[in-house]
Amino acid sequence: MPLLTLEGVSRDFDVSRPWLNRVIEGEPRRLLRAVDRVDLAVEQGETLALVGESGCGKSTVARLIVGLYAPSAGRIAFYGRRMQMIFQDPYASLNPRWRVRDIVAEPIRVLNMKTDLARRVAELLVQVGLSPDDGDKYPHEFSGGQRQRISIARALAGEPDLLVCDEPTSALDVSVQAQILNLMSELQRRLGLTYVFISHNLAVVSQVADRVGVMYLGRIVELGSTAALFTRPQHPYTRMLLDAVPDLGMTGKPRTPVGGEVPNPLDPPSGCAFHPRCPHANDRCRRERPTFAGAVACHAVEERRI
Amino acid sequence: MILEVEDLRVEFPTRRGELTALDQVSFQIKEGEILGVVGESGAGKSITGLAVIGLLEPPGRIAGGEVRLEGRRIDNLPREEMRKVRGRKIGVVFQDPLTSLNPLYTVGQQLVETITTHLPLSRKEARDKAIALLKEVGIPGAEARLDHYPHQFSGGMRQRVVIALAIAAEPVLIIADEPTTALDVSIQAQIIALLKRLSAERGTAVMLITHDMGVIAETSHRVAVMYAGRIAEVGPVRDVIHAPRHPYTVGLMGSIPKISVERQRLAQIEGAMPRLNAIPPGCAFNPRCPKRFKRCLAERPDLMPAGSGAAACWLHAPAHA
Repeated sequence: MPLLTLEGVSRDFDVSRPWLNRVIEGEPRRLLRAVDRVDLAVEQGETLALVGESGCGKSTVARLIVGLYAPSAGRIAFYGRRMQMIFQDPYASLNPRWRVRDIVAEPIRVLNMKTDLARRVAELLVQVGLSPDDGDKYPHEFSGGQRQRISIARALAGEPDLLVCDEPTSALDVSVQAQILNLMSELQRRLGLTYVFISHNLAVVSQVADRVGVMYLGRIVELGSTAALFTRPQHPYTRMLLDAVPDLGMTGKPRTPVGGEVPNPLDPPSGCAFHPRCPHANDRCRRERPTFAGAVACHAVEERRI
Repeated sequence: MILEVEDLRVEFPTRRGELTALDQVSFQIKEGEILGVVGESGAGKSITGLAVIGLLEPPGRIAGGEVRLEGRRIDNLPREEMRKVRGRKIGVVFQDPLTSLNPLYTVGQQLVETITTHLPLSRKEARDKAIALLKEVGIPGAEARLDHYPHQFSGGMRQRVVIALAIAAEPVLIIADEPTTALDVSIQAQIIALLKRLSAERGTAVMLITHDMGVIAETSHRVAVMYAGRIAEVGPVRDVIHAPRHPYTVGLMGSIPKISVERQRLAQIEGAMPRLNAIPPGCAFNPRCPKRFKRCLAERPDLMPAGSGAAACWLHAPAHA
């Protein structure tokens, strides 16, 4: 029984010019489809990661899940009790005028949870590796990593079963990122949390996720277990992404540099959205949008051409 | 030697006294060599780059040491003189291409202006050179693109334009400060390949400043690891990555997530880098160091030979071994 399901979820944004300009210049309304018919099921207790480059729609999916955006089409169902979100920027997501204990206590107050507030806040701060005395301080007194710990304590305050994390460590230095990732997996084990983890960093994803979905231009192009995806990537885009990761081991393996860039989402390519950059594209790819068969949406894989 | 930096010290006067942002920073870059400078935010890597090109924001100032370009001292040049050196001899690439490009001029106008300022070419010749430069950095349709404005380029293409500008006057040194940080991985790989090719073909020395060890591994010959305003370790990239000598580098390498199928706990360095006004006595890394001993608390280590490079760590002092 999944904890969360998305069925055919799409989200359009109206990026038309103002009404008067449209009328005078005879321009039509323009819609940008940020998320395009996404199906997902997140199981209890797992970490599902969504990866992709900027503009692929991964953050929009996160915002759709927590209800910050309403879907333009499709259905999202949540079978748990409560969900919370952790944002990328720990500088922008904490109110600078509030003391940390008020920030952490806010969900408890809003949700009218019956509990000893001071004790619960102290317990939450300890849980994320801060000291109970830190509750008296203001956010500016903390470093980026500590602020992200405060965000996590606030998210845990409402006793959620699902945490949606949008690039939670992208703004942090790498040694601090390791601290936060370790903390997150510890909390998951201890509290039985389910994570939807949005990231552009494939190495981070390989460390935290049980399953990974790869997004390109608003669509999920490949979805599979972390082991399968990183050892036997199937979709040409997934292969390209993995190839582009700098090789820290300095094995000197030859890399096929991929040309081209993500196309303008206002004018997505016909057929398979990846075909202009794909070395395996043929006429069918240019014409017909591949359907999600098994773990991957790709004509070349389906026809066993690659 | 193209660039020699010796005992560089940068200070920022504040109401509570001088803050030392850089101390005893020394390194060299030779022709065709790429030196990676890596460190976490606040380690002083960008300040080092700015000090070399004479663009420290006042009240920051060079308080000691020397910077020499092709053997000529440049840290004490008058502003106007330094401006010429910067344009002609040193090319600069910053993280955000939009801050380096003027939004009100076409890419061609900016290239031609740079070229005619520094090289004895007519406008027509400069225009031809601009087209050749755009081709060299891999911009398709260079002739037509010359008349486009920066906003008409994508992020990756903009960074290519900035690189074209940086090499326009045929500099001997390029300083690239986080040139790929704002870009997606596939574009990042393209820009890395471009920088490497240009340095190899033109023999340009490159100082590549980044927080990303992966980028350094892909591009650099040697790497300097910075911590709290000083160089903690310097050496050939392969050796620093595979056999780091300074405990900070060891921790840093361990905390970088690698693509792997097994989930494992990342090695982490406890705590955070000290602020500049609270650098501990002795070795700046000692409060976080798993291997500290008595001497580390009292005496500050200078760079000393360690393996094929050098590390500022008492573990490598001859007396210790």
